Amino acid sequence: MSSSPTPELLDKLAERLGSHLLRRDAFRGEATVVVAPQAWLETCRFLKEDPELAFGLLVDLTVVDLQALGGSPRFELVAHLYSIRKRHRIRLKTPVPEDQAQVPSLTPLWKNANWLEREAWDMFGVRFLGHPELRRILLYPEFEGHPLRRDYPLRKRQPLVAERDVEEPRSMVSEPVRYPVDPRFKTFGV
Amino acid sequence: MKPVPHEPPRDHMFLNMGPSHPAMHGIIQIHLELDGETIVGSQVEIGYLHRGFEKTCENRTYTQVIPYTDRLNYVSPLINEVGFCLAVEKLFGLNVTRRCQYIRVLMSEISRITDHLTCIGASAMELGAVSAFLYLIKARETLYDLIEEVSGARVMPNYIRVGGLKSDLPEGFEERTRLAMGEVRSVLDETHRLLTRNRIFVDRLSGLGVISAEDAVSHGFTGPCLRSTGIGYDVRQAEPYLVYDRLDFDVPVGETGDNYDRYLVRMEEMKQSLRIIEQCLAQMPQGPYQVDLDGREMTPSEVIEGMKAKPPLQPIRQARIRLSPDLEGTEKRSVQDVVADDKTVVFPPKEDTYGNIEGLMQHFKLVMYGHGIRPPRGEVYQAVEGGNGELGFYLVSDGTDLPYRLRCRGPCFHLMSGLSTMIEGETVADVVPTFGSINMIGGELDR
Repeated sequence: MSSSPTPELLDKLAERLGSHLLRRDAFRGEATVVVAPQAWLETCRFLKEDPELAFGLLVDLTVVDLQALGGSPRFELVAHLYSIRKRHRIRLKTPVPEDQAQVPSLTPLWKNANWLEREAWDMFGVRFLGHPELRRILLYPEFEGHPLRRDYPLRKRQPLVAERDVEEPRSMVSEPVRYPVDPRFKTFGV
Repeated sequence: MKPVPHEPPRDHMFLNMGPSHPAMHGIIQIHLELDGETIVGSQVEIGYLHRGFEKTCENRTYTQVIPYTDRLNYVSPLINEVGFCLAVEKLFGLNVTRRCQYIRVLMSEISRITDHLTCIGASAMELGAVSAFLYLIKARETLYDLIEEVSGARVMPNYIRVGGLKSDLPEGFEERTRLAMGEVRSVLDETHRLLTRNRIFVDRLSGLGVISAEDAVSHGFTGPCLRSTGIGYDVRQAEPYLVYDRLDFDVPVGETGDNYDRYLVRMEEMKQSLRIIEQCLAQMPQGPYQVDLDGREMTPSEVIEGMKAKPPLQPIRQARIRLSPDLEGTEKRSVQDVVADDKTVVFPPKEDTYGNIEGLMQHFKLVMYGHGIRPPRGEVYQAVEGGNGELGFYLVSDGTDLPYRLRCRGPCFHLMSGLSTMIEGETVADVVPTFGSINMIGGELDR
C-alpha cells in the first residue's frame, strides 16, 4: 500500500508553493504535485529539509515525453520521493518545454541525482543546469538522438563510430590526496 | 567524482578495471587513479548491457512485458514479475485472490534466497572460497528445481500474470518445498561455519567498503546495502504489499555499513525468508476442491461435448481433464483459485478457450494485436522489495493496450552510483569484495 502524505501536509506544501503550484491530484492513493520549473529545486529542498515532510530519499527521477498524448509542454520531469522516517511517498512533476529543455539540477541535494539526471539527458535530451558533468551514461558519446523520445523510431540504426583517439588520462582528484596507509600493511613492515 | 583537468601528480597511475574482467560480474568499467596501491580517484562507467528495456516495453502489450522483466534482475526474476504485475493491477484497481497473494509472496521469497545465495557465493568465490560457492550454488539449484516445477523454467519463469498466476502450485509442492527449505537451512549453517568466522574472509571484508548512513541515503541506497548502515527500511514492512502485513519476520540491520555487515545482513535475510515461506505454506488458504467424475479422466473432446449439452452437465464443468502436455497448468482446476475474477484481464482456462465461444473470444481479446489488456488512463508507482532493494515500476497508461511509459527503478543503479565513495581510499584488491557485496546485476543496472 502506497502511503501519500496526510492532507494537512499537502496543504502545507501547497501554501508554501503558492502560485508555483500548478496542479495537485491523487490517483490510487498516490499524491502528485506539479510545480513550476523555476520552483523545482526549491520545492525539492523544502520537501527534503522540512522536518514534517522529511523526504530524504530520492527514489527515482525520470522524464515522460508527452508528445504522443498531445501534451504541452512536451516533457514532464517526474521525481519520486520517499521519507524513510515518516513512511510517506510523493510524486513531484514539472513541465519542461522542448525548445528550452532546461531545469535546475538536484545534485546539490542528492548524490544519486547526478546519475539519474545523466540518464534523463541521455534518454530524453533534457538539460540540467548546474550539473557537474552532464554526459551520456548508458549510451556512448557518439550516439545520435535520444532514444526514449516518442519520435525516435523503434528500429532506427545508428551510424558506425570511428575509432577513438586514445586520450591521456586526466586526474580525477582536484588536489593530491594522501590516504592513510592501510593498517594491515604495517604487519609487513611497510 | 568530478574530473578536474589538471596535471596528474607524477606518481599517480591510471588503471582500467573492466569492462571484461573476471571480478566485474556482467560488464562494467571502473577507471582507477592509484597512488601506489591506494585508490585516490575513481569513475564508474556503466551501460555496456543497455538493451533498451523501457523503449521495448513501450512497444509491447502489458502481457508481453512480463517475460522481459525476467531479464532485469535475472537471479530473482519472480520479484520483478510481481512488481510489474502489481503495478498494472494498481492501475486497474484490481485485487487478486488471497491464495494467489500467498503464492506470489512464496515465490518472491524463494527468489530472494536465490539472489542472496548467488551474491554471497560469488563474492566468496572471488575471495578464494570456491567450496563455499559450490555449496551455495547447490542450495540455489534445489530452489531452481522448485521454480522449474511451478513455472516450467529454472531462470526465466514467466510465471506471474496480471490478475493472477500462470497456474496453481503443483501437487505435492508443499512437501517438496519443506524438504528444500531444510536443505537450504543446512547449507546456510554450513556457510556460517565456513565463512562467518573465517579469518581470511573476515579480514577481506570487515572495515572495507564502508559507507555512512547519510551517504547511503543520499545515493538512494535501498535493500541490504542500506540496512547494513543501520537504517531498517524494507518495503515489505514500510509499505506492505500482498500479504506481508500478515506475516511475521524481522528486518536485520547492520552497524557500520561495511562489506562484512552486508554479508551478515544477507545471511540473516535468507533465514527470515525461510520463515516467511514456512508461514506462507501454513497460512495459504486451499481453494475449493474439484469434483472428479467417478474418478475417471476424460479427454478434452469429451469435456467439450459435455459442455455443449444443454444445459451443460454440471459435473463435467468441474471434472478433471488431461489436456495436451503443452497446455499443462492451464486447465481450469489449475487457475480457478489463483486468478482474479475479471475477464478483461485474465486469460480463460484452456477448456473454455477451446470449448466455448465466450472463452475463445475472451482469449482473442487479450491476445490479438490492438486488443489486449487496457488499463484506464493514469499513472502509478509500485515498489516491491527486490533482492538488492526497492524495485519500482512507474507506469503511465494512456488507456491503450501498450504502456505509454514504463520506467523501471532498479536498485543497482543507485548502488553503483555510490561505488566510488566506497572504494576510494582503499586498495585495488579491495574493489573485488566491495563490488561483490553490492551485488550489481547488469540486467537491472543497464536495462
